[in-house]
Amino acid sequence: MSTFASQFLQDAGRATDNSDQRRFIRTALGNYEIARDRHKGSFQDWQGARQLAAGIKWEAVNHLDKYLEQFVLKLESRGTKVHWASTGLQARETILQIVRKKKAHSIIKSKAMTSEEIHLNDALEKEGLQVVESDLGEFIVQLRHETPYHIVFPCMHLRRGEISALFQRELGSAPTNDPEELTMIARRVLRKKYITADVGITGANFAIADAGMVSITENEGNARLTAALPKTLITLIGIEKILPRLEDLALFLPMLATMGAGQQLTCYNTLYAGPRQPGESDGPEEWHVVLLDNHRTQLLADTEQRDALHCIRCGACLNVCPIFRNVGGHAYGTTYSGPIGSVITPHLRGLQDWKHLSNASSLCGACTETCPVKIDLHHHLLQNRRNAAQEKPAFLERFAYQIFSLLVTKPALWSLAKKMGRAMQPLHKIIQGTPLDPAKSWTQSRELPRLAPESFKDWWRKRR
Amino acid sequence: MTVTLFIPCFVDALFPQAGISMVQILERLGHKIVCPEAIACCGQPAFNSGYWDESRVVAVKVLEQLRDAETVVIGSGSCGAMLKNFYPGLFADTPHEKLAKAVSERTWEFSEFLVDKLGVTDLGARFPHKVTFHDGCHGLRELHIKKPPRALLSHVQGLELLEMTEAETCCGFGGTFAAKFPMISAAMGEVKCASAIETGAEYIVSNDSSCLMQIQGLLSRQGNALKTIHLAEVLNQE
Repeated sequence: MSTFASQFLQDAGRATDNSDQRRFIRTALGNYEIARDRHKGSFQDWQGARQLAAGIKWEAVNHLDKYLEQFVLKLESRGTKVHWASTGLQARETILQIVRKKKAHSIIKSKAMTSEEIHLNDALEKEGLQVVESDLGEFIVQLRHETPYHIVFPCMHLRRGEISALFQRELGSAPTNDPEELTMIARRVLRKKYITADVGITGANFAIADAGMVSITENEGNARLTAALPKTLITLIGIEKILPRLEDLALFLPMLATMGAGQQLTCYNTLYAGPRQPGESDGPEEWHVVLLDNHRTQLLADTEQRDALHCIRCGACLNVCPIFRNVGGHAYGTTYSGPIGSVITPHLRGLQDWKHLSNASSLCGACTETCPVKIDLHHHLLQNRRNAAQEKPAFLERFAYQIFSLLVTKPALWSLAKKMGRAMQPLHKIIQGTPLDPAKSWTQSRELPRLAPESFKDWWRKRR
Repeated sequence: MTVTLFIPCFVDALFPQAGISMVQILERLGHKIVCPEAIACCGQPAFNSGYWDESRVVAVKVLEQLRDAETVVIGSGSCGAMLKNFYPGLFADTPHEKLAKAVSERTWEFSEFLVDKLGVTDLGARFPHKVTFHDGCHGLRELHIKKPPRALLSHVQGLELLEMTEAETCCGFGGTFAAKFPMISAAMGEVKCASAIETGAEYIVSNDSSCLMQIQGLLSRQGNALKTIHLAEVLNQE
């Protein structure tokens, strides 16, 4: 078992033991579901919209080279500096170089899962830079030295009281249970940072090929301030974020808002076309766009799972996933949690180390049913399991299935197995729950069903 | 018509009454029932764990037994999904590909067969109890069966169907998942059980015995009196 797998078992176990926290998350996501369904109703034909969105992403992903080239040419024509990074390391180095050249001391960031993916904050802090997250939820988890709990809601696992206590401890604020006051406390700290920051860093929701623009969606306006106030702006974009046309946003912006946070439209939707142009009053003097591959082209090469690149990071699959709802985001131990994380993490970080996430699913398919861009999520989990077993079969597990295959294909053996099982059943009562119990992983939380005194086949045979 | 009944391994060994009820119901409707002796399992446990070669050993046997079957009926959404949805992929680019597709097209889940194929919703059953229905995930999301079981239950005399809020939420069984990740599986099952208990029903009905095995296992451990029963058994009560 990989160390990541045993860590997952440990963390998932701790999370499932905490029934209070599980109830809290379930309630939060239950409220989200109500809002989401209400806004799904604003789409005349939701299934049609999904089909259309999947088609557009299919087109973008299957012609990624063409659309990226178009995007970059347009960006460069307005003076944006574009950098390509094939690995996380390269992306970090590129960003560090820009920051060093600017002799920067402080950096303000708006929320970007890609920056979590490449552990950007660590790299910047090692360089002696002060990095502050400007998204409220992300700011809170940063103060706690934690990673985001959820792709869209970084601190959804925390109650107001915990946030208040954190602010008292870290920011010296007075205790309060009022969400507005908590927001104001964070805002007072952050406002100063925007003004004094030398560099702003953002992520992106969509990269529009034909317009050469970057689309950013947010609720707090912090990304706007991050992009507008510092003299230098760096935007880190995963190459899969491409949309072919500006008009595609008419579908994707409401879809992202609805599926992401249960909103009709997110509060702020901004398009960025380049650094400050002559005659313009605001915006950065320099804009650098870093296009991140980091194994995405490897996923592109996988024809079976290429559609995982359709992902718009709305987090809808996490919200409906019964695994996520019970183990929570941190147990996954990886940047992208939930079903989409379980699908892509083996591609991004290695199959053998991360196959346990694909196994830790009941394959219920709620994620696939929900995904607005129709990623075949739960079937990809199955494929990951197959690929992992083909690449490196677990000796004992394979042996067990070989025995099982033999048992169920030889009627005489199957009949004998049932008889033996029935004979052993009284014995099982004695060893149940002890280390000798072969069914311990079942019986520790559930009663084992009794083998029927007469099986269906016995009945059928007698009847004939 | 001649109906070939596919009895899954756990129904055979643990819940024969569900299979017997299916035989009796279909015979009452005038059909001839065949139950191939050599079929014990669809191969799903190995398939879901990624051991497709080992799964194929089992599935080939199934395909050969079902080669001449006119109609195949399965009393489990999960095994139904295996035959209908996963066999064609499992046998892609193998000599059995065509047969897998043919068998897939002839296979029906029990409730879907009654309602959508035979057009029967009233079996003259009587079950004077409050029940809640659990949608097994494979039946619901692989085979898209939502209405047929409810149509059948709505015609059972004396039966009161109380829908639970988490009807479509996974019970946490998921085959080997239940044994590999018992703590997550049990946590999911607890959510399911709590939702079912909340309805005040006396029985949880499902068209999948494997889900019921998980739910009943948890309820018994909790000492809760709520019982589980397969849809076919409810429909076979007079």
